[in-house]
Amino acid sequence: MNRIERKFKELKRKRQKAFVVFLTCGYPDLRTTKILIKELYRAGVDIIELGIPFSDPLADGKLIQESSAYALKKGIDIFKVFKLASETRRITSIPLCLLTYYNPIICFGLERFMRMSRDSGVDGLIIPDLPPEESKDILKIAKSYGISVIFFISPTTSGERLKLICNLSRGFIYYVSLTGVTGPREKLPVDLIDNLKKIKKITSKPVCVGFGISRPDQIKRLYKIVDGVIVGSAIIKKIKDNLGKPDLIKKVVDFVLWLRGNKISYV
Amino acid sequence: MFPNNKGYFEEFGGRFVPETLMFCLKQLEDEYLKAKKDKKFLREFNYYLREYAGRPTPLYLAENLSRYLGINKIYLKREDLLHTGAHKINNTLGQVLLAIRMGKRRIIAETGAGQHGVATATVAAMFGLKCDVYMGKQDIKRQRLNVFRMKLLGANVIPVESGSQTLKDAINEAIRDWVTNVRTTHYIIGSTVGPHPYPMMVRDFQSVIGRETKEQIIKKEGRLPDYLIACVGGGSNAMGMFSPFFKYKQVKFIGVEAAGKGLSTNRHSATLTKGKKGVLHGAYSLVLEDRFGQIKSAYSIAPGLDYPGVGPEHAFYKKIGRARYVTVDDKGALEGFKLLSLTEGIIPALEPAHVIFYLNKLKRQLKNSIVIVCLSGRGDKDLDIVVKGLKIK
Ligand SMILES: Cc1ncc(COP(=O)(O)O)c(C=O)c1O
Repeated sequence: MNRIERKFKELKRKRQKAFVVFLTCGYPDLRTTKILIKELYRAGVDIIELGIPFSDPLADGKLIQESSAYALKKGIDIFKVFKLASETRRITSIPLCLLTYYNPIICFGLERFMRMSRDSGVDGLIIPDLPPEESKDILKIAKSYGISVIFFISPTTSGERLKLICNLSRGFIYYVSLTGVTGPREKLPVDLIDNLKKIKKITSKPVCVGFGISRPDQIKRLYKIVDGVIVGSAIIKKIKDNLGKPDLIKKVVDFVLWLRGNKISYV
Repeated sequence: MFPNNKGYFEEFGGRFVPETLMFCLKQLEDEYLKAKKDKKFLREFNYYLREYAGRPTPLYLAENLSRYLGINKIYLKREDLLHTGAHKINNTLGQVLLAIRMGKRRIIAETGAGQHGVATATVAAMFGLKCDVYMGKQDIKRQRLNVFRMKLLGANVIPVESGSQTLKDAINEAIRDWVTNVRTTHYIIGSTVGPHPYPMMVRDFQSVIGRETKEQIIKKEGRLPDYLIACVGGGSNAMGMFSPFFKYKQVKFIGVEAAGKGLSTNRHSATLTKGKKGVLHGAYSLVLEDRFGQIKSAYSIAPGLDYPGVGPEHAFYKKIGRARYVTVDDKGALEGFKLLSLTEGIIPALEPAHVIFYLNKLKRQLKNSIVIVCLSGRGDKDLDIVVKGLKIK
């Protein structure tokens, strides 16, 4: 059992839900990413999803695209991401997932990528352009290194594939709230709750919802059904809005507390 | 037959896309496989190819060029004479009919040179469908005329400002649109690239080029040609020409890629020659990337060749040695452009102009051969670039 699985077990025991935060590694710089992880952990964030910047992030909306391009321009590469992961691991026990498109993994070498992940204290791997049908090789290797590969279910997933994905996904199942790319949305689809109820019926694995989440009321509603939420673009936007300001970290942490329903005078 | 049912040409191909698209790729595959066997669909497709696009295109014996180069016989497959001026319409006609079959009323496409965008806007206008075309901001500047053509045809041209602002980014943006509007929208991809079933489907729609060629050359020469030569961007005109000859081992295939400013620079589009195995836009094939797997931006004087990926079937042809892939740089393309214009009175697009120049390099070897060139498009769209490149006053 790795840190992700332990985390969900612990949350279940405490009857709590997971709050997962996505950060583009190196946006706006490595030092900030590192402090953010530490402070978010202290503020009660349960899992960090660390994005490896990529030149062609086709599942991402404008905000994450831009953060990714920004980080690349600053010279962030895969080695720096692993280095940051292992430094983080030295100071916290927060479960860490890497989010990366598939090509950088192929280029780095599947086996080498998994070895580096394990050695850097990474627990999980999320690959938005790798459906289960294409994941045979990587699953075998991931297993031998104890890395959980997390798969997506989307509103267009149905029938046999639902079961296949629930079976394959390790750590948790990533439910994509909407048909679309990442990015904050004021409203989530009306049938989201019903869809999630269906998924919860066919699997006992933790289900976390991501894409579009940007408001506390959305989270409150989702927590009634699922095991966790993933917030990405809304956090990236908060970082973007506070670029260059001395209280960037505090602003992001306050935002997370506000999302979680803490009474912070904050909008 | 290739690909297998998972869309693989041996190790190349597949379907590397976000989960949301998996269902519609399956739906597209199922619909396409049904349509392919449906006589009514094929009759309709052939009707529009003939009556609307202007098929069959001539297989023209370029006597002057042959004499000039000292090559026995060079034939030109005149895809440049098709409606809209390039082979792209073969594919867009096929796909638009499929979209209608699937009940999708909105079409999206990416375009680099604008040729595929124009071919898509054209069929969308004719069938009364809504059409949005994604085009990199850089390409919009380079290919102004095609932007006007698309607008006249009623399409909405959406500038893409992300990444390198060229074709690869336009494809990313089209995929993002498709992920969002997948239930109502069909994405007409412009070449033999992308996730399964696109490389297979686009090849099949384009294979009319090779099938006609086979019939025509047998009628004219009583035998198959020695060489087929075509330019390779994503690979659709080349695959359309090559694939019907796959099993005739005596027919040699040569694909010409763009060397841009030179293979030793970073400014080229020679994916098959210089690329590494990787995933771009949903397929495992060859890609131009840096040492961390970030996709490089490609470059060529020919906007239609300017792509850092290539169709998986070409990667497969290369691996098994069925085709040979060579390169010609910008300068050569301009020479080829001039050469065909002067000898035959045919102004080629800059993409197949690469091929014309390659004939020159190969002339000794081809002395006694029958060679067929896929003349994939005409050069009107490129006049701005060529006038500048050749310093014509
Ligand atoms: C005239 C012409 N030839 C060739 C190409 C390259 O595409 P492909 O390799 O798919 O044939 C293009 C693309 O725009 C084109 O316009």
